[in-house]
Amino acid sequence: MSLSKDVEVLRSIPLFAKIEPAKLKLLAFTSERLSFMSGDELCRQGDVGDAAYIILNGDADVMVNTPAGPVRVASVGRNDIIGEIAILCDVPRTATVVARADLETLRISKDHFFQMVKQFPQIGLEVMHELASRLHHTTQSLSAAKARLNQLEKVVDGDAS
Amino acid sequence: MDRSIFRYILRHSLRPQILILVLTLGSFPFLYATLELPKLIINDALSTRGLREIAGVEVGQVHYLFVLCGLFLVLVLINGAFKYVINVYVGITGERMLRRLRYELYSRIMRFPLPHFRRVSSGELTTMITAEVEPLGGFMGDAFSLPLYQGGQLLTILVFMFVQDPIMGLAAVVLYPIQVYIVPKLQRQVNALGKQRVRQVRRLSERVSETVGGVRDLRANDATVFERTRFGRELGVVFDIRYQIYKKKFFIKFFNNFLAQLGPFFFFSIGGYLVIMGDLTLGALVAALTAHEKLYAPWKELLSYYQLMSDAQIKYEVVVAQFDPQRLRPENLQTDDPDGDVDFRGPLRALNLTVVTDENETVLDSTGFQVDLPARIAIIGPAGSGKEELTLVLGNLLEPDAGRILINDHELQKMCEAITGRRMTYVGYPAQIFRGTVADNLFFGLKHRPLTAPERDPAAKEVFERERHEARRSGNPDFDLDADWIDYRAAGLDGPDAIASAATKVLGKVHLDRDVYQMGLRGTVDPDRHPGLAERVLEARRALRTRLQDPRLGRLVETWDPNRYNTNATLAENLLFGTPIGEELDPEHLAAHPYVVEVIGRSGLRHALLDVGLRLAGTMVELFADLPPDHEYFRQFSFISADELPEFRALVGQADPQRLSTLSPDRQERLISLTFKLIPARHRLGLVEEDLQAKLLEARHRFREMLPEGLQAAIAFFDPDRYNAAASLQDNVLFGKVAYGQAQAAERISDLLSEVLDELDLHDRVIEVGLQAQTGVGGSRLSLGQRQKLALARALLKRPEVLILYDAIGPLDPHEQSEIREMLLAEFENRTLIWALTRSEEAEPFDRVLVMRGGRIVEQGRYNELGGGTLAAAE
Repeated sequence: MSLSKDVEVLRSIPLFAKIEPAKLKLLAFTSERLSFMSGDELCRQGDVGDAAYIILNGDADVMVNTPAGPVRVASVGRNDIIGEIAILCDVPRTATVVARADLETLRISKDHFFQMVKQFPQIGLEVMHELASRLHHTTQSLSAAKARLNQLEKVVDGDAS
Repeated sequence: MDRSIFRYILRHSLRPQILILVLTLGSFPFLYATLELPKLIINDALSTRGLREIAGVEVGQVHYLFVLCGLFLVLVLINGAFKYVINVYVGITGERMLRRLRYELYSRIMRFPLPHFRRVSSGELTTMITAEVEPLGGFMGDAFSLPLYQGGQLLTILVFMFVQDPIMGLAAVVLYPIQVYIVPKLQRQVNALGKQRVRQVRRLSERVSETVGGVRDLRANDATVFERTRFGRELGVVFDIRYQIYKKKFFIKFFNNFLAQLGPFFFFSIGGYLVIMGDLTLGALVAALTAHEKLYAPWKELLSYYQLMSDAQIKYEVVVAQFDPQRLRPENLQTDDPDGDVDFRGPLRALNLTVVTDENETVLDSTGFQVDLPARIAIIGPAGSGKEELTLVLGNLLEPDAGRILINDHELQKMCEAITGRRMTYVGYPAQIFRGTVADNLFFGLKHRPLTAPERDPAAKEVFERERHEARRSGNPDFDLDADWIDYRAAGLDGPDAIASAATKVLGKVHLDRDVYQMGLRGTVDPDRHPGLAERVLEARRALRTRLQDPRLGRLVETWDPNRYNTNATLAENLLFGTPIGEELDPEHLAAHPYVVEVIGRSGLRHALLDVGLRLAGTMVELFADLPPDHEYFRQFSFISADELPEFRALVGQADPQRLSTLSPDRQERLISLTFKLIPARHRLGLVEEDLQAKLLEARHRFREMLPEGLQAAIAFFDPDRYNAAASLQDNVLFGKVAYGQAQAAERISDLLSEVLDELDLHDRVIEVGLQAQTGVGGSRLSLGQRQKLALARALLKRPEVLILYDAIGPLDPHEQSEIREMLLAEFENRTLIWALTRSEEAEPFDRVLVMRGGRIVEQGRYNELGGGTLAAAE
């Protein structure tokens, strides 16, 4: 549980991958190592998000409330990042994350993250880069999905007519 | 109070003054003799040869001389003794008078009518009571004796001179009339300036006290420069006045000195002529010269007495006038014990109440109402409708200009405060909380007169009696401050044992118990003052320890273990392994403490600590190098402040890790200070490795074992089985550090702590400790809401028959307000509650609602009987 190990973890996360090591070290230093016990909530759906968590060790369930009660929609594990959207824009938590077993995380608070971006615009660029590539990815998926939807609709229409 | 200072002095110190006068008169014959003797020595013993006869015995010339000289010495001693006794007695008398004057002025403040406080500032009153009257003490002591003593001396010497030679005597006093004529004229100008100066200094202190109270708003408006300039101007005015005073005062001095020096001129010319002519003996001239020199001293004293007197008279008059406002409350209403009982059940009739402000605004306009007590009465109306004044008048705190209030046909305004301040009470906004403990503030509503005298050993009793006797001589109260003043019966209690639980209950009612509980957890306990508590806390410590065996909880706390390094504590804490008491072992300066330095050296830790310090500094310099100096990270995360960064950068660049001991002592101290702040679990820098930890444990033991006698009182060591009186209650139970990096550790531990304490039935004991928490100046350590709650608790504790509230719970949140309102309405179901409310719908549950507008009660009745329009207008 040393700082250099945390830096390694941060570097393996695409969002932070290209940021220079010295800055990552500062980010790691100002972040908090936080352990959760199994059953603890990292965040709750609907709450205001104030931090992102990077999982260093362990697994957690991502739960979403549905009219039929909470439903597990995904699980996250080592080197996954949770809640990064919440620290970039003010949206409520979209899911509840519950530790499945004892969980080690690195907690990056929203304030500190923004401090870093403000201080070192290069981090902002990297984040922008990462988000743009995600957006590109999402857009592509979306267009693919739309194309398929269109096709399907045509098929359905064709059937109907 | 007497308008003239002399009348004041005579009224209160006639006997001592007479005694001083008698002593003074008694000293004169001896004074005359000391003047006569030198002449005898020169003219008789030295000039004429042959035998003399003293008391029938024949003596030779030399013997005669020695006898006379011996006599002279005795006379000098007697004179000195007189002077000493008189001076001491004069000093004591003056000090007693000053004490009396200050006390009278202070107790007059208590009697000021409330509106008067809008006109006077606390700064003014403070300077008047403290600084301005100070010189009066000196004057009052010798107001009569000084002119008599000095005048008598002057007269004695003059008589002596006239006896020697009338012309010589005349020559000595010929210039006095000029002085007597001119000096008072000049003095009057100085006095006028003095008056101005007093007023100006008062303004200064008013400014200072306003600044103290308003610093926040000055800063918020960037008005400090203007305010500074204004203060500078005021100081300039003082300077100017002083300058004028100096010029005039020193001119008087010059004038007096000049006239005094004219004396010898006359002696040498006229006296010398007479000696040459053979009309005067040389001895007589020398004696006259000596006498004149002696004459000068009392004359000067008389003149300066005159100056002092006019100064004192002005000061006294100016001050007393300020403490004599119109409609001062009669003193007996405050000091008398209750004469008979008043039944607060029955008709309350308020008739024709009229209150007019200084600005001639009629705030209560001959209005009144009648109601049968007990009743819960709401007063509603817009701001400025006279609500506040009505509550004040009903509380007997504001005297109406006309009209009266009758309770069961007893006139409220004539009741003494021993009734209206005990059976009734008033809580306004903002409520005043005094400096002291929460308990002091809570109980002072029960402290009216001393009830149970404390036990004293004979020596202490003697001291007390002496102090009490002295207090009486100065007209100060002779009550025993150390007695138990708390009126337990008024609170419905049997005695001191029940008060804590009563306090806890009442704090619960006003929702202040949780706050006081927290104060208790943060507070320290003197095991002597809370017998048995320490053992219970240790019990709680053990109970918590048992709970912490659960691994889910255990990871939240790292317990202090003498033989283990605590990774959640700083290195310094690990070394001390105790709570520092006072400044001596202040963690900030620990690295410079000689004993710490010695322990580090003996444990062979020095190099390791320097090495860690250097690496830590290197990391900090690396991490924080690119941040601007004002970046908040410096405050939040860095061991190094932005100002120190360049220094450390240089240090890191220059230091040779192999030869750290060659660094300057100052730099070594810096590095070790840095290392001391390291918390391994929090900082995760991996710098405190196992062998360093082991060495530090060794140093910890050495530190404790070798601790010199002089430092024993500077630290309370952690001991698993002993209570640590220097640490807070909470830390004593926890006996460890809340672990870093555990989600919600602080909240969970706090819950666990409360659980454990509750289980051991310690909840109320913690509140008792919280009652001893300090409230700060004017209650500044409490929030506004807490202050109001405390004032309300104080009012409830004494179970008044009539409780009057004006905006008393305004600063609380709406939810709490309504809960407290419900509680009060229930509490006062069979007592009287008079409450000026802000929102009219709150008046619904009250028995009677008075609607006010423009200083009049325009409608009254039950809430649902009132017209909707009236209620809307009352908002």
